[in-house]
Amino acid sequence: MTTQTIQDLKKPVGLTSGMYRRALVDSLMKLNPRWMARNPVMFVVEVGSVLTTALWIKALAGTGEAPAWYIGSVSLWLWFTVLFANFSEALAEGRGKAQADALRRSRRDTKAKLMSALRDRSKFNLISSTELKKGDLFLVETGDTIAADGEVIEGVASVDESAITGESAPVIRESGGDRSAVTGGTRVLSDWLVVRVTSEPGGGFLDRMIKLIEGAKRQKTPNEIALNILLAAFTIIFLVVCVTLLPYSIFSVTAVGQGTPVTITVLVALLVCLIPTTIGGLLSAIGIAGMDRMIRHNVIATSGRAIEAAGDVDVLLLDKTGTVTLGNRMATEFTPAPGISKERLADAAQLASLADETPEGRSIVVLAKEKYGLRGRDIHQISAQFVPFSAQTRMSGADIQSDGKNSRRIIRKGAADAIKNFIEQQGGVYPAQVLQIVQEISKMGATPLVVSENTEVLGVIHLKDIVKGGIKERFAHLRKMGIKTVMITGDNILTATAIAAEAGVDDFLAEAKPEDKLKLIRDYQKGGRLVAMTGDGTNDAPALAQADVAVAMNTGTQSAREAANMIDLDSNPTKLLEIVEIGKQLLMTRGTLTTFSIANDVAKYFAIIPAAFATTYPALNALNVMHLATPESAILSAVIFNALIIVALIPLALKGVKYRPISAVHLLRRHLLIYGVGGVIAPFAGIKLIDMLLKGMNLS
Amino acid sequence: MTTNGMLQLFVYLAALVVLAKPLGAFMARVFQREKTFLDPLFGPVERLIYRFAKINPDEEMDWKQNAVAFLLFNFVGLIVVYALQRLQQFLPLNPQGLGAVSPDSSFNTAVSFATNTNWQGYGGETTMSYLTQMLGMTVQNFVSAAGGMAVLALFIRGIARHSGKTLGNFWVDMTRSTLYILMPMAVVLALVLVSQGSVQNLSPYVSASLLQPTADTSGAKVTEQVIAMGPAASQIAIKQLGTNGGGFFNANSAHPLENPTPLTDFLEMFSILMIAAALCYTFGKMVGDTRQGWSLLAAMMIILVVALFVAYQAESRGNPKFNALGIDQFASAVNPGGNMEGKEVRFGVANSSLWATVTTAASNGSVNAMHDSFTPMGGLVTLVMMQLGEVVFGGVGSGLYGMLVFVIVAVFVAGLLVGRTPEYLGHKIEAYEMKMASLLILIMPLTVLLLTALAVVSQAGTGSISNPGPHGFSEILYAFTSQGNNNGSAFAGLNANTPFYNITGGLAMLISRYWLAVPTLALAGSLVRKKLIPVSEGTLPTHTPLFVFWLIAVVLIVGALNFFPALALGPIVEHLMMMQ
Amino acid sequence: MFLKSTRTAIITIALFTLITGVIYPLIVTGVAQVVFPEKANGSLLKKDGRVIGSELIGQPFSDSKYFWSRLSATSPFAYNAASSTGSNYGPLNPALLDGAKKRIQDLRAADTSNMQPIPVDLVTASGSGLDPHVSVAAALYQVKRVARIRNLAVEQVRSLVEENTEGRQLGFLGEPRVNVLKLNLALDNIQSTREAK
Repeated sequence: MTTQTIQDLKKPVGLTSGMYRRALVDSLMKLNPRWMARNPVMFVVEVGSVLTTALWIKALAGTGEAPAWYIGSVSLWLWFTVLFANFSEALAEGRGKAQADALRRSRRDTKAKLMSALRDRSKFNLISSTELKKGDLFLVETGDTIAADGEVIEGVASVDESAITGESAPVIRESGGDRSAVTGGTRVLSDWLVVRVTSEPGGGFLDRMIKLIEGAKRQKTPNEIALNILLAAFTIIFLVVCVTLLPYSIFSVTAVGQGTPVTITVLVALLVCLIPTTIGGLLSAIGIAGMDRMIRHNVIATSGRAIEAAGDVDVLLLDKTGTVTLGNRMATEFTPAPGISKERLADAAQLASLADETPEGRSIVVLAKEKYGLRGRDIHQISAQFVPFSAQTRMSGADIQSDGKNSRRIIRKGAADAIKNFIEQQGGVYPAQVLQIVQEISKMGATPLVVSENTEVLGVIHLKDIVKGGIKERFAHLRKMGIKTVMITGDNILTATAIAAEAGVDDFLAEAKPEDKLKLIRDYQKGGRLVAMTGDGTNDAPALAQADVAVAMNTGTQSAREAANMIDLDSNPTKLLEIVEIGKQLLMTRGTLTTFSIANDVAKYFAIIPAAFATTYPALNALNVMHLATPESAILSAVIFNALIIVALIPLALKGVKYRPISAVHLLRRHLLIYGVGGVIAPFAGIKLIDMLLKGMNLS
Repeated sequence: MTTNGMLQLFVYLAALVVLAKPLGAFMARVFQREKTFLDPLFGPVERLIYRFAKINPDEEMDWKQNAVAFLLFNFVGLIVVYALQRLQQFLPLNPQGLGAVSPDSSFNTAVSFATNTNWQGYGGETTMSYLTQMLGMTVQNFVSAAGGMAVLALFIRGIARHSGKTLGNFWVDMTRSTLYILMPMAVVLALVLVSQGSVQNLSPYVSASLLQPTADTSGAKVTEQVIAMGPAASQIAIKQLGTNGGGFFNANSAHPLENPTPLTDFLEMFSILMIAAALCYTFGKMVGDTRQGWSLLAAMMIILVVALFVAYQAESRGNPKFNALGIDQFASAVNPGGNMEGKEVRFGVANSSLWATVTTAASNGSVNAMHDSFTPMGGLVTLVMMQLGEVVFGGVGSGLYGMLVFVIVAVFVAGLLVGRTPEYLGHKIEAYEMKMASLLILIMPLTVLLLTALAVVSQAGTGSISNPGPHGFSEILYAFTSQGNNNGSAFAGLNANTPFYNITGGLAMLISRYWLAVPTLALAGSLVRKKLIPVSEGTLPTHTPLFVFWLIAVVLIVGALNFFPALALGPIVEHLMMMQ
Repeated sequence: MFLKSTRTAIITIALFTLITGVIYPLIVTGVAQVVFPEKANGSLLKKDGRVIGSELIGQPFSDSKYFWSRLSATSPFAYNAASSTGSNYGPLNPALLDGAKKRIQDLRAADTSNMQPIPVDLVTASGSGLDPHVSVAAALYQVKRVARIRNLAVEQVRSLVEENTEGRQLGFLGEPRVNVLKLNLALDNIQSTREAK
């Protein structure tokens, strides 16, 4: 089996010639009126194309309202208009389809060992993974690919999740706790697991991703719906504008006694030129491309709505560690409490950290070794029991049994206030000098870790945070965009203040517990703000579920990933910033093309109106400011321009309008200038150019 | 264009801006039921009305209840006006013994006055008894305007409030608008008009012997001139203040007894826009940010000034066909010059152009010169001002709520342009708002274009045309544009007092008033529920010059794009033909 | 909701009909009749107790001895003050040009010596059809003719025109204009005083 993985998504999928071919075929398939009806603007164009084709056939039969070549050309370009729009959509979908196909192939090839009874691992039926139902139990053994998302019921195994995370180090999965979730498509490296399927067939993580990438389940986003309504309104108005022109024209012919009424062909041409075909044709492609951009940033959004919401985010809640600062704080110094030797402090600090696998813990051991020559000790030799860090106690350490020589030692390291509480609860005294040391370290933006033994405070470990390079500038950009950054940290207020100042965040929440995070989100939302956050742990899940834009790290727990509406495959918390930009890009691309599309109408009027009524009102030729050669070439040029502009803008629709971190007013001015004013001017030049070409080719 | 002409325009516009703040602040107090200096006078009347009509002034109503109140109130008013016309020959105060008005004309007129359109298919002095004018027209002039202001007040509260449900009480807003705003100003204006020569009596028409006897069309000798009389001033005052515009006499404010001097002309014109302009400030005050009001006023003002300049320029240049005849159209100290057909000497070209622009900018529709006889470009301005949807000042109340709908569309597209879900004054603009806004901008062009199409291809429609060529088309387009926007002015050459026009026009007026007011209230009902979104750096400010410019562009694009082809076949081609 | 609102609607309409439809116009009428009785009743001009017109309503003149008013489109005769209206001719309407041409012919016929350009207001109809004024230029254009036929000095007629000229109100509002009826009455007045002598 080829381990076709989501890893491949990271490779930018270029537009291959195969994709173009496929898009061409798809754009023809999409001519099906039932499909077209989803898009009122382009549906009108299709109806117009059919109508002009009928008129062309009539003209071929010799009873046309205008020469057959002319009606035929108009009709042909109307068909092109529809096809170009379909092509843009097909092309946008194409990239995703290629990726989805690869994923689906791997999906189909996976077999599952369906178990009938939990106890007996030798009895199972080999079935295709697609046949698994929710609640089924299946067995995975060394070398097997896990067939579906599920929960480990029994067993412990090391699993290679690189297919999804890209992290090559295997992870342990076992029943119960935070590590019980497994994802379909990952592989068991050693041992075995019994897994209960937790997703409906086709509803697993991988399936959802396939669907998302394919765009099959793509629902219109709120803004897209609102925009569609506006575009439909424009379409209806212009439909009536064009339909009523026929009676107006008939009246005018009678009133001045010359000329012939405007032809249906011209009215259809005018209609197609007026309705917002540019945005109408590209709208779908813009949405799909937005989703695609997310995927290329290795972010899987569970809905387009989430991407759109990302553009509206007002507040970013950022975990300090890993986002604002480099993940690993380094222990740089031991400052003993009065009357305590540095060696004793270093010894206790090392003991408390021996089993601490966090980078901080390791850095303490390293510091103790380098500075005080204390070598690492074997945990089991000293009959110590290690107390892991918990979010509630905010302490970790070791309990060492008395060995006759020494009495029982309870060594703890942790946040200053946690240790203070701990000491005082046991009747110890927390020395004032330590308080001072802690404050000094905090003021410098470093983290003090207080070390205690039994009821005695030994001193403080100096943990230094390293703020990520360039992060301050990014926050400044965000501020210009009106986005507030809030740093969440378990550190005390002093430390948090210093780091916040260094990193340039707007606000911070110090000494934060998971429930504080949830409360903070709720408070912001009550004030009408949209909040985005990242999270990975199970304890982040409630906050993730509450946040408007919630990005779960792919390394995170299943519950975190389910609560989130986006998953970052790179597990990079800084990604949130890019997500916001992509969201904004999506809206901006729609806005600019809408403006451009409507602005285009001015020039089209000047091309078509004088031409349409040339026989009745020759005086209207004064409006022919482009000096288009003949009425026929004028109308044909406008229609051709209208069709070609869709093609010309496909790259922009797929790539998105470039995002710039400038204020709303500046952005509006810039876009109105480029797409509004530019949208008025461009077609004058374009239509004139096409007219000259037509004239040059003697087509008119 | 003359220096003195420009001076008059400037003084007019400056006065509007200057008065906007004090009057606007006063109206905000009225809508917010705060104390005003008029309380001692009107407070008892107000309480009396509440007591008799069993209105609880403290009762808050949601948008549906308000919409029902608004519709029922209008419906009852409409029936009264209809009945008065049909029965006037049996009723008192009919010294000329005028007979019953035809059913279709009565319907059209009743709709016309209830909808604040005041389109007149009839000639006042030859059709309506004094009683009909007083109990029908004058009353509707007050309450249709007050109704518009009440809907605006409800709409503003929809924007000013957040996370709520109710918008206020239509009955209270309507009553207070009438008593505290319209009534005192109408009394003052009416008396000033009388002091200048507007008639105000209940006497029969006066017969005067002509200095030089003349002959009528049949050649019979005429020695007497019958001068129409009536309680005109009181009705004119409110017709201008309430952007109603229906004339007491057929010639409307061109009639010397309605509008006797340049001063009355100035005051009447001023009354047309005064309240609409000041309501912008009221809006700003009520939403707690007067800059928002000023920016709307700025957008309206800029469009008005540009339109005014085009119209004045066109009318000043006169009729090129006259030049060959040895006619002096050149303005000088003794000759107003320009296109004087259909204009009064005392007003000249400057005041006529100003009035025409102002009356079509507002949905007033009164005229001091005949728009039908304007140059094509002058006529184009009046058409365009209405086709923008009567949002450049517009009707009292209705104009501003119409403009706010355009603001929502502008905000929506601007929001997309800057990559953020659009919001206006803390309200997120979503699909429902766009649905209502689209409906609101959709209805008017559809009504106008379709009815015009129906008229130009039917015998009943084209039979009423009085001018040949493209001008005939303009007449029909104007009729439906005017009624479809509740304006009421006319290219009066069109004989609109026919069953066809009375009925189609009546429909246009009904649609444009109620089909728009109800979604507007629905929109307010949706906005009022929204949570307040606080302003941040990313919020697009809606009070900047850039936004004003954008709003103007949206108003112009939506208006101009819809009507450009129709205008091309009417005034535009006529202009080009005239210039040939 | 409907029933209660309907009742409220009927009662409020009744009350507002009383307040705005009866009390308001009657108060304005009452005050107007007391304070501005002459203006409120049409600014009528009387001679020997007989109404001979209104200061504000124009009259038709075709006799060469009178200053002519503007054209009037009222029917069935010009300056019918019981049925005001404009011509509503569009600028390209042949009827407009025909009317102007006819007027020019009449003016030229009445005074063949006058080949000056004709002020535009004299060949166009007013909006009301009752315009009491002509422009100063239009009056001056006719001075020589009236003076000649009435055997008056041109200067005397000119000064009479000046006396009946209303300037711009407040110095800038409106256009300078001449009240034709009052001017013609003044002319007749001079004539009759002279004849009386």
